Amino acid sequence: MSSGTLYDKVWDLHRVAELPGGATQLLVGLHLIHEVTSPQAFAALEDKGLRVLCPQRTLATVDHIVPTVNQERPFADSLAEEMLSTLEKNCKKHDITLYSLGSGNQGIVHVIAPELGLTQPGMTIACGDSHTSTHGAFGAIAFGIGTSQVRDVLASQSLAIKKLKVRRIWIEGHLNSGVYAKDLILHVIRILGVKGGVGYAYEFAGPAIEDLSMEERMTICNMAIEGGARCGYINPDEITFEYLKRCPKAPSGKAWDRAVSWWESLASDPDCSFDDDIHIDASEIAPTITWGITPGQAIAIHECMPSLESLEQNELPIAKEAFLYMDLKPGTAIKGLPIDVCFIGSCTNGRLSDLHAAAQIAKGRQVAKGIKAFVVPGSEKVAKEAVQQGLDKIFIEAGFEWRQPGCSMCLAMNPDKLEGRQISASSSNRNFKGRQGSASGRTLLMSPAMVAAAAITGKVTDVRELFINTHRGQQIQTP
Amino acid sequence: MTSKDSFPQGSILEINGKCIVLKGDDIDTDRIIPARFLKCVNFNELGEHLFQDDRQELKGEHPFDLKENRESSILIVNDNFGCGSSREHAPQALMRWGIRAIVGQSFAEIFYGNCLALGIPCATASIDIINDLQNHIQSNQSSSWTLKIQKETLSSAGTLYQINIEPGSLEMLITGRWDATSQLISKSEKIRQKLESLPYLTEFHKEIK
Ligand code: SF4
Repeated sequence: MSSGTLYDKVWDLHRVAELPGGATQLLVGLHLIHEVTSPQAFAALEDKGLRVLCPQRTLATVDHIVPTVNQERPFADSLAEEMLSTLEKNCKKHDITLYSLGSGNQGIVHVIAPELGLTQPGMTIACGDSHTSTHGAFGAIAFGIGTSQVRDVLASQSLAIKKLKVRRIWIEGHLNSGVYAKDLILHVIRILGVKGGVGYAYEFAGPAIEDLSMEERMTICNMAIEGGARCGYINPDEITFEYLKRCPKAPSGKAWDRAVSWWESLASDPDCSFDDDIHIDASEIAPTITWGITPGQAIAIHECMPSLESLEQNELPIAKEAFLYMDLKPGTAIKGLPIDVCFIGSCTNGRLSDLHAAAQIAKGRQVAKGIKAFVVPGSEKVAKEAVQQGLDKIFIEAGFEWRQPGCSMCLAMNPDKLEGRQISASSSNRNFKGRQGSASGRTLLMSPAMVAAAAITGKVTDVRELFINTHRGQQIQTP
Repeated sequence: MTSKDSFPQGSILEINGKCIVLKGDDIDTDRIIPARFLKCVNFNELGEHLFQDDRQELKGEHPFDLKENRESSILIVNDNFGCGSSREHAPQALMRWGIRAIVGQSFAEIFYGNCLALGIPCATASIDIINDLQNHIQSNQSSSWTLKIQKETLSSAGTLYQINIEPGSLEMLITGRWDATSQLISKSEKIRQKLESLPYLTEFHKEIK
């Protein structure tokens, strides 16, 4: 059993009671809600005659269903409109802060809470969305929950949950030029598998993790869930504190110093113990891309897709299904595969540094003929800063569409969808069958820079080749 | 026979009905209920759209479309069933279609918890047992089965399979305390104490607004 890790400490601090059945009642420090998984929870709450216990620790936004071309109300899609107006009604009734369209703070729930500074080390955070693991980048313990648990948290600011084991994933060395956080996490999931993390919280640590900016750390923790780990986290350090210092909702003045010393005390102890410990060398990681229908079906850009003979028996059925669905041939190269649509956005890679990385590639180039490419900033704030820095112009001049913030084609609950068998290069997190809005649509997951490179060449491309031409092989700096 | 419209309530001791086999590892929540059907403010209609895209692809040959599987209440799956998103819409869709218990090699965690919170047990068994069970069901499609929670068995005339139900879940199901809300709110005093003990809610707290 793990002891002395950040996970253990935060768990103990938030433990309310032990419940029959072996679950713990855990206090939730911050509850984030959105339009998709909250309406039924509010309805169930009212059915039981309950009220929201801590509206002051609950924050709502709208992200999944918002259109990205025209956000004027009422939305053209009456169902989407009904979902937002239901959220508005519920928030008003229960006195919950809602950052809606045009508030300046709207955006994907996992983008806005960190940028506001609401996500802090040592907190427990819950949200009715599996990518809540993102907030672990700050050293918070953050869980995605289902709608009945959303109801529980609304009613009791706590939830019934079992303690996970802790696996440390130690990333040695440093990432090479042209290799990003997205490649790192795709590589980790490739190695450990999409269910390798079931029953575990992932602690990401080591020199390569310490190197990462907060935004990159969020990309890592965001996809812990794709590796089966319900929660992923990184110990807070100077980079965490530097980031938080600039955030409006982070502690300030005298409270700041008290907060920092509390946060520091929560990091995993040097002599802590883990249930499992895995070492991976960052310098071996190349730009990584998925070819199949699970995020674990990934290869490095220069590799061939696996041949059926090379696969383990238990991987075969899903691999065969993937090749059939994706219409790809085992044992062939992925590089050079023509694509139709390029999507840059999502809670995985829709932050300012992601847009920077993509813009560096797009700058002074043109989207290939016949390719639809679009950029969806993760929040109104990201959009505003990107515009201030002229990124929107770079994209538009290169032939990308510049959209309004939301989840967009990450799961295509809004009008942004693949059509028919279109194949997309996507900076999002899931390549499941039908995920991007067409029942036969195909998704290749990759870093935002790789998506931009694919947009420029019209096919799967090693982004590093575009560096060498224009940047003489130099590492492209992201802010 | 379990009625489709009466949802689980109180203590759950056994589930009776036909079994339906759905083969394949890593069946994710997007396949169980495609995202476009999440656009709803209640769960009432979800049952109709269960596995919609997979069903369309198989043109009537999907297990959930086959005549002999109608009215089934126990679903038999393979490994890592329900991976992907946290959407409770997935178990809700299964429940509204008529599923009252699931047996498989393993389940994704959030999905498992969502099922339990609806009173739908997810039992596990080894790959060999599952394969055998699936074959057995497919060659005796009309047989009626009983899943006994306390005994951890799934049986039909003359056949009995040992299955596993995680002890905590088992206790919650038989005592009827799988509905967590009432238990949680009963600890209001302890919750209040916790809220007052955490420094980020007291010492260095800032309003969300
Ligand atoms: S961007 Fe995608 S993964 Fe993230 S919250 Fe939105 S839909 Fe979920």
